[in-house]
Amino acid sequence: MKKPRKKVVPVLGGALEITVNIAGKGKPLLYLHSAGGYYWDDFLDGLADHYKVYVPHFPGTAPGKPNEIDGVDNLWDTVTAYDDLLDGLGLKKVRLMGHSFGGLLAAELAAHRPKAIEKLVLISPIGLWREDAPYTVANWCALDDKEIMDALFYDKTHPFVVKRMTPPAGKDAAALWQVHFIWTLGCTAKVIWPIPDKGLRKRIHRITAPTLVVWGENDKLIPPVYAQEFGKALANAEVVMLPQCGHEPPLEQCAMLTKRVGDFLAA
Amino acid sequence: MKIACFHLMPYRDLPADFEKKYKSAWFTLPFDQVADRFKVSQYYNQTLDELIHAANSGFDGVCTNEHHQNAYGFMVNPNMMGAVLARATRGKDTAIIQMGETAVFLNPPIRVAEEYAMLDSISEGRLVAGFPVGLGGDFAYSYGMAPMEQRGRYVEAHDLIKKAWIANDTFVWNGKYYQLPMVNIWPKPVQRPHPPIWVPGNASPSTWDFVLKHDYSYCFLTYFGAKGAEHMVNGYWQRAEELGRDRNPYRMGFLVPVGVSDTDEKAAAEYGAAAEYFFHKGLHLPEQFLAPPGHMTHSSLTHLLTKRPFPPFEELKKLHYPDFNARDFVVCGSAKTVTERLLHIIKTLRVGHLMILPQFGSLSHERTMANIERIGKEVLPHLRDMWDNEGWDDHWWPKHTSVQKRAAA
Repeated sequence: MKKPRKKVVPVLGGALEITVNIAGKGKPLLYLHSAGGYYWDDFLDGLADHYKVYVPHFPGTAPGKPNEIDGVDNLWDTVTAYDDLLDGLGLKKVRLMGHSFGGLLAAELAAHRPKAIEKLVLISPIGLWREDAPYTVANWCALDDKEIMDALFYDKTHPFVVKRMTPPAGKDAAALWQVHFIWTLGCTAKVIWPIPDKGLRKRIHRITAPTLVVWGENDKLIPPVYAQEFGKALANAEVVMLPQCGHEPPLEQCAMLTKRVGDFLAA
Repeated sequence: MKIACFHLMPYRDLPADFEKKYKSAWFTLPFDQVADRFKVSQYYNQTLDELIHAANSGFDGVCTNEHHQNAYGFMVNPNMMGAVLARATRGKDTAIIQMGETAVFLNPPIRVAEEYAMLDSISEGRLVAGFPVGLGGDFAYSYGMAPMEQRGRYVEAHDLIKKAWIANDTFVWNGKYYQLPMVNIWPKPVQRPHPPIWVPGNASPSTWDFVLKHDYSYCFLTYFGAKGAEHMVNGYWQRAEELGRDRNPYRMGFLVPVGVSDTDEKAAAEYGAAAEYFFHKGLHLPEQFLAPPGHMTHSSLTHLLTKRPFPPFEELKKLHYPDFNARDFVVCGSAKTVTERLLHIIKTLRVGHLMILPQFGSLSHERTMANIERIGKEVLPHLRDMWDNEGWDDHWWPKHTSVQKRAAA
């Protein structure tokens, strides 16, 4: 497994610093993590075999910097900050990928700055709304530990899932792990509370990059019907459904996801 | 010493197996499946009767409070209750203590400035203006605002309300959360510059600092009894000293569920089931509902999860009346026992504003009325002169509560 290095990039005119994890060589790929926070997994490690992968911590979720969340008040601030981040990293053209909450941010950024995005990958993104498939932040913020496992995964015993979701040994370490998890949920939820339907539908037509939409067929957190919804709303999208997979394809279907995403990005 | 009667207005007849059948008594509990609307109608009236009875039985004030979407206590608008109480106690010295209307639940929050001014007018200057931060779940789930905004909105709403009370002219408010082009409320409060302000809290040091900085009175609302509260309350008094505030006991309020019977044994029979109902059913509330992610600051959350100063609510289900009574979660017994235990709490915690909860859980209207009467006759007279020898003034009690003063005005 590669060890990403960290780089701190000032954005919003210096009012905020975003900490970015960087690993790999090749053309740049910007990956925006979910409401669960930054986690270097086998999927990212595989991508870094072919690309220079940049993974920013959402403001407030970088280790030791919880109060950076004060730098963004809403989604507009957030998109502006990520727009600045592209400049700060010197990325004129980039492959952009986001998962869940990160998928919403990726779609917003692609709509905000369409010409900078070469290709877009949205993995079970939030951001659209159907009356017949309601979901709110409570779907992941109002759950206890067991309910979160049930909501997120098709197979809770999958080794990647177990590795990701098992707190570290020791009472204090486990408590701090939990603090980080809850805080990360709080930071990401700040800009989308209470329902992540913040007008993406009015902006999504601006996205010109070829887009791959990936969804787990067994996603209990965000209804898979939204895969088709994104597919319809995007000008140039391909939709892939992954079998035996919940809301976390990078963990539950790492090999399959790596193959599909790899082919799409290489084409 | 000032003693007020507090009421939560709970649903008193939840089914016996309710906590096994439903995830929570809060936020998601379906009204029509567990509640009888005619009973609810009766509860509101009984609650008002109980508080009025307290005002007639020697209590110095009556307290209402605000919660949403639950069976634990659903005075969704305490000012509606307060208005009835203000009118019903006209001609008396009873303080109308709103603990209170929660400004961050309203937009714009000057609605609180207006309604409190109305209550101060109806009560002819007997209002205590409570400024609760509000429960995290109420703010985030019932009222749909991002948990991380609650504290910022609270501070801004407070500043705006106070300015609305005090300003002589129409002003512009350009805040982070609220923007108003013309602030000029009608009416203004009777009490000048504004009614006394009490802030209820749950031992959060950031709230202490807020209270002490503004020179308000703090009310510690805990479910976990006076014994567990001691080190936290000491923390408050220590902080007061650090910030140059005196040890005036009226800076401190404390809430206790109380039940008075002929004997301690009889108290177990009369209040035991109601106490268990309160802790097992009323507080049937998953932690993640109470404090949604982002509600607590990073340091408070770290403190909570690494130090665990309070037990999780689930732990309460393992305890029973003898535990609750032994740990002062409730203070029940003969009038003599109750008096001694309350005196001990008042002294240990330096409480100037004692708030008594004479109705809790499933306690019936009849028993509550009798309880109020006995507390008034057999307990309060022994507590009242508690701080007289130290000679403190209560700067946080309504200035116009004396009937003579009002008549003179």
